[in-house]
Amino acid sequence: MRARDLNKTRFAMLLFLGSESVFFIFLIVAYIYYHGDVRSGPTAHSSLDPVKTGIYTAILLSSSGTIWLAERAFRRGSSAFRWWIAATIACGATFLCGEMKEYAKMLHEDITISRNVFGSTYFTLTGFHAAHVTVGLLLMCVLLGLSIRNRLREDHGEAVESISYYWHFVDLVWAAVFSTIYLWSTR
Amino acid sequence: MSELQVVPAEMERLHRFEETAGLLKWITSVDHKQIGIMYVLATLMFFLFGGVEALLMRIQLSWPGMHFLAPETYDQLFTLHGTTMIFLVVMPLLIGIGVYVVPLQIGARDMAFPRLNALSFWLFLFGGLLLYFSVFYGNSPDAGWFAYAPLTEKPYSMMEGMSFWCVGLLTAGIGTVASGINFIVTVATLRARGMSLNRLPLFTWMTLVNSFIILGALPALNASQVMLLLDRELHTRFFNPTGGGSPILWQHFFWNFGHPEVYILIIPAWGMLSEVIPVFSRKPIFGYTFVAASTVAIALLSFWVWGHHMFAVGLGHWPDIFFAATSALIAVPTGIKIFAWIGTMWGGAIRFTTSMMFAVAFLIQFTMGGVTGIMFAVVPIDWQLTDTYFVVAHLHYVLFGGTLFAVFSGLYYWFPKMSGRMLSERIGRWHFWLTVIGFNATFFVQHIVGAMGMTRRVWTYPNLPRWAVLNLISSIGAFVLGFSVLIFLWNLWVSAKRGEPAGPNPWDAWTLEWATTSPPPEYNFREIPPVHGRRPLWDLQHPESEKNPKEHG
Repeated sequence: MRARDLNKTRFAMLLFLGSESVFFIFLIVAYIYYHGDVRSGPTAHSSLDPVKTGIYTAILLSSSGTIWLAERAFRRGSSAFRWWIAATIACGATFLCGEMKEYAKMLHEDITISRNVFGSTYFTLTGFHAAHVTVGLLLMCVLLGLSIRNRLREDHGEAVESISYYWHFVDLVWAAVFSTIYLWSTR
Repeated sequence: MSELQVVPAEMERLHRFEETAGLLKWITSVDHKQIGIMYVLATLMFFLFGGVEALLMRIQLSWPGMHFLAPETYDQLFTLHGTTMIFLVVMPLLIGIGVYVVPLQIGARDMAFPRLNALSFWLFLFGGLLLYFSVFYGNSPDAGWFAYAPLTEKPYSMMEGMSFWCVGLLTAGIGTVASGINFIVTVATLRARGMSLNRLPLFTWMTLVNSFIILGALPALNASQVMLLLDRELHTRFFNPTGGGSPILWQHFFWNFGHPEVYILIIPAWGMLSEVIPVFSRKPIFGYTFVAASTVAIALLSFWVWGHHMFAVGLGHWPDIFFAATSALIAVPTGIKIFAWIGTMWGGAIRFTTSMMFAVAFLIQFTMGGVTGIMFAVVPIDWQLTDTYFVVAHLHYVLFGGTLFAVFSGLYYWFPKMSGRMLSERIGRWHFWLTVIGFNATFFVQHIVGAMGMTRRVWTYPNLPRWAVLNLISSIGAFVLGFSVLIFLWNLWVSAKRGEPAGPNPWDAWTLEWATTSPPPEYNFREIPPVHGRRPLWDLQHPESEKNPKEHG
């Protein structure tokens, strides 16, 4: 690929996601470091429900498909773009609701961020991921709003693609987080 | 051909510094040249802060048993000094000069994302001010610049100083990551026609490599600081041993950032040297490919040496051997560079301008810092010298005798481009010699007291044989050094007002930033010279050398 063909917005997004993955790797390493080291109090095994969260995980991961379809519709200039973006937002929001419910249940059982190292690493890692989901939802709401007002032009393609990269990244991080925290908890 | 045709003749009135001096114009600017200059000015301000902190410490240490400072104050001063010099002076200074020079060197109009560029600058400035706000809040950070847990944890550091440290550096750190992204995209997409990676000026090469290290290293610091901040404010258990956390994890996390950071602090300085030495030796750089490739090698190695900061922790036999080997390995690509610079000077028609003198002093002092660095890769020596003044001497030889000397060299080289006027060579000589004398007087003796066993970060010391006199020499040297900084600032001030007009290319240099007026117009280039090799302006002046294959990438 020649340098001139490189799209600077997409490239910058990829570099940004590269730096973000380093950030998440350190949070995940902190979780792994303390995984076998919880001396007392709640653990992943005792306080999490991998099946229920597994369903929410499936919903979140399927939104990578819907945003891909949205992107394809955008390139064709089809109004189906709006529906697919709306579907992606719905998936992301459902996931967040599921996570909030889980948080509420855990807080109810007095499993908090300051309870023990499991609580600290768990809430920090999933909390930062949830913040990233929220940012993604806001970005897609902006896209949807622009599209409904017919303000999204064909040359906004790089913005749509960059947001889609970001969303795939958020899903990928969750796949790693889910495997580390939930699947590892059952042993 | 005596004068380059691509440089606009004087028919256009020179863009004067005063015309853009309206404060609002600077604050709202997205022009990479104005932002670059603001970076330099802001770092000079922090440099003065950090310098005053150092002088206060040197007064306290000038004689055994002094009571000039309370121990708590001393702790805050060395923490602020280290944090300031690393995060608020050297790193942003190198980024700032890069922001000014890189777009010019590649023949671009601006950075790829000018507004992001401005955001980076303001995040850095306000992050720095936030850190300093802790002083007014009543307690500044006091656990050293690498903030070892559990000293940084709430029970051991009740006041908010360390929280300010986290938040301030997080703010600045996000800006640094944005700068890294901006540089990479700029170099990747905005190069002039014909400027392949193999023809990129070496300063730009090194800034590019550096940006990748920033993207790999800074997020590690940001993540660690987030965890520390949560520990302090939400009582999480990451690094607090009484809550099941591990202080060693902090050390691993911090040095995962901290060692690449050391290279973030030196690589652009190497880039400056690789511009200055060839121009003042009137020769192309010796071994261009090796200089560029060895930088990439160092960037890759830099992520695998963090454990050498932790030999004294007791990581075990095999980790120690691994980190000793990787650390010693770094000497190879670094040595290649030193030889390349000496090879460039060899047989050249050297012009000893102030800029070149700083570059030559760099070669000597940086090599000394490098040699003590290799000593630290040897585990038993490290055990003996950990946390002594020998470490302090080593790191100052690398960061001051190395990086800052290169930065002075770069500033004398590029100041004419930035301001349109030459820095005074006469004041420059004074600045150079006082800096060399002051620097070596301050830090050379610290090798000796360090080897004698004087520990760093302790507010005073017993009156052992020769300790007092060596420390006194160091303190006097520090004041000479402080005085030399004032002379430098005086030179900047006087020369910006009344210096000799520089003209587009005062050094007869050959990279693209010299193919426009000084200072460049807002749009940088009216016309970009053709790039057929590594030295486009030289090629333009010497069309006969076009056939010399050695010069072309």
